[in-house]
Amino acid sequence: MITTIIYEGSWLSFLTVVFEIYERKLGAVNILKNNKAQINIFGVPLLIGADPPKAKRVIQGLKAKLTTEGLKNLFSCFLSEIEGIENDMLSFIRLVFENEKSVETAYGYPEVLRLSKIGRMVYREKHRMEAFVRFQLTQDDIYYSSIEPDFNVIPLITNHFKKRYADQKWIIYDLKREYGIYYDLVEVNEIYFDFKNDYQSVKDEKIFKDDEILYQVLWQDYFKHINIASRKNTKLHLKHVPKRYWKNLVEKF
Amino acid sequence: MSDRILEKVQILADAAKYDVSCSSSGSKRQNHNKGLGNASDGICHTYTEDGRCVSLLKILLTNFCIYDCAYCVTRKSNDIKRAAFTVQEVVDLTINFYRRNYIEGLFLSSGIFKNADYTMERLVSVAKKLRLEHKFNGYIHLKSIPGASDELMHEAGLYADRLSVNIEMPTEKGLKLLAPDKDRKDMIQPMNYLKEAIILHTDEKRLLKTSPIFAPAGQTTQMIIGATQETDKEIMYAADRFYKGFNLKRVYYSGYVPISNDKRLPGLDTGVPMVRENRLYQTDWLMRFYGFKVQEILNDFNPHLDLDIDPKLSWALRNLSLFPLDINKADLQLILRVPGIGVQSAQKIVAARKFHKLNWDHLTKIGIALNKAKYFIVCNSREIFQKDFSATKIKQFILSGSSSKYIKHNTEQLALF
Repeated sequence: MITTIIYEGSWLSFLTVVFEIYERKLGAVNILKNNKAQINIFGVPLLIGADPPKAKRVIQGLKAKLTTEGLKNLFSCFLSEIEGIENDMLSFIRLVFENEKSVETAYGYPEVLRLSKIGRMVYREKHRMEAFVRFQLTQDDIYYSSIEPDFNVIPLITNHFKKRYADQKWIIYDLKREYGIYYDLVEVNEIYFDFKNDYQSVKDEKIFKDDEILYQVLWQDYFKHINIASRKNTKLHLKHVPKRYWKNLVEKF
Repeated sequence: MSDRILEKVQILADAAKYDVSCSSSGSKRQNHNKGLGNASDGICHTYTEDGRCVSLLKILLTNFCIYDCAYCVTRKSNDIKRAAFTVQEVVDLTINFYRRNYIEGLFLSSGIFKNADYTMERLVSVAKKLRLEHKFNGYIHLKSIPGASDELMHEAGLYADRLSVNIEMPTEKGLKLLAPDKDRKDMIQPMNYLKEAIILHTDEKRLLKTSPIFAPAGQTTQMIIGATQETDKEIMYAADRFYKGFNLKRVYYSGYVPISNDKRLPGLDTGVPMVRENRLYQTDWLMRFYGFKVQEILNDFNPHLDLDIDPKLSWALRNLSLFPLDINKADLQLILRVPGIGVQSAQKIVAARKFHKLNWDHLTKIGIALNKAKYFIVCNSREIFQKDFSATKIKQFILSGSSSKYIKHNTEQLALF
């Protein structure tokens, strides 16, 4: 008998789910995010919300068994939001707790290899976003950028941008997930636009500084002229800059 | 004003594009003063249509030049538009591109105007202004101008993360032919100064944490490939000497892009030797990350790299007696030598085999290129592909099963065997 568990979708609530599974000695489970859950599931699903002390105990257990890298990788997998990832993560966690030795690099286990691969995919997307964010300077001196990453990587890129752009205000907004981060020269906070109104104004050129367009044109020109036409390699170009990112890249406007 | 600056960017980016290096890694400069930027990541912010990484604003300060090197677009006798930036213009461009997250920093080079020191001084003043006036902690790569004084090279090292001198041609003979006014000694001298200065500063830093950082990303060089008649052996032996003699971080190989009718050079209708360039980089990687000695790959019997297969595979085919390796027992150093297994896969294999004996299925999932590797290894499986085939036979198997873009012309011939 498979127990269906519906959780609220946050990292803490996922860890709480893991705690409850051990606490209640549940066997086969199917973990679903509350917005993804189907109505016609058999049996009564178990609803689980975030319980920080319980989540903390799971984290401590994992920390004792995994390296920092390994734990980070698990978190990255969670951010992939791939359907069913919670179940893969659970089988990985079970494997971790069942074994005396660390299984982190036991790539012969399918769940270890799978999570290592998904973690790498998310890491690559994080790296891409650190590269592909394109700020535009607004009249009120905020550098603004829209992104639409494949995975929810904002939690992974926050520190990078905070360290790098310490002396300017900036916003990075994930249009797909409808939230962003705002750095006000002191700290970074999550922000949410009133989408219809606020986002329309971001698309309006008048909100940008006068020389914003000049720098965009300079960048586009630079991009064009640094290319060596006789070495054209479209396949390689597309591999590194896939088309789905173009709409937010100034040089590809 | 904006039209003029646009034109300058066009001309001076055009002239800078033949410098292949765009790396921004290897530095550890932090944003310590709540200023702008850091240089610790090495990100490619975009890629040009030729597939090259754009990490830095790579530009010339000017394309006016007193030299007349045959292989260079900015040579004195070439009839092209000339332009020059002011120091402030380069500073503004760098800062504004950086703040928009277009770039990791600046790679500034220049044609030689008046003399070496005059030019080097301008380059240094751009870097100085960025660091001191704008609290800029992003990456700065400056070209060392051959013949520049030690004092200026010292100052350059204080502000730049990386410095490079292009030695242009792999051999002195090649340089004499195409750039008779240039002297190899002038190129070596700043390289030598920097090598010594970097060693000195690293020692100092070890004793005194507060001592300033000096060219933390070291120095590199570039040579043009295919403009003169050098063999791959001559090229890679030269690279090896530079790695060892000057502690260089990287040597870049730039396939000559025909830009002139000069009779000393390949004609305008010849292609860029891109495959050859790729093979040279593969060899470079084998030397730096796979523990190969250059003599193992290139020597008097094999002065040229195969174009149709990669250098590791051709080495393995010449040394079949060392194979097959047992993937579940062999040392990491030996696994690294198996064609089709990269550094990451090799490390994964060594980590994973502590838990299980690995079979073909495991190896596929780990991501090694079995189509090549299977002829050189055995694993925990009864199926064996290594059956004392001859080198020619293995090469033929691999090429016929491969979709490599380099062998299109060979497939028909192979089918005849």
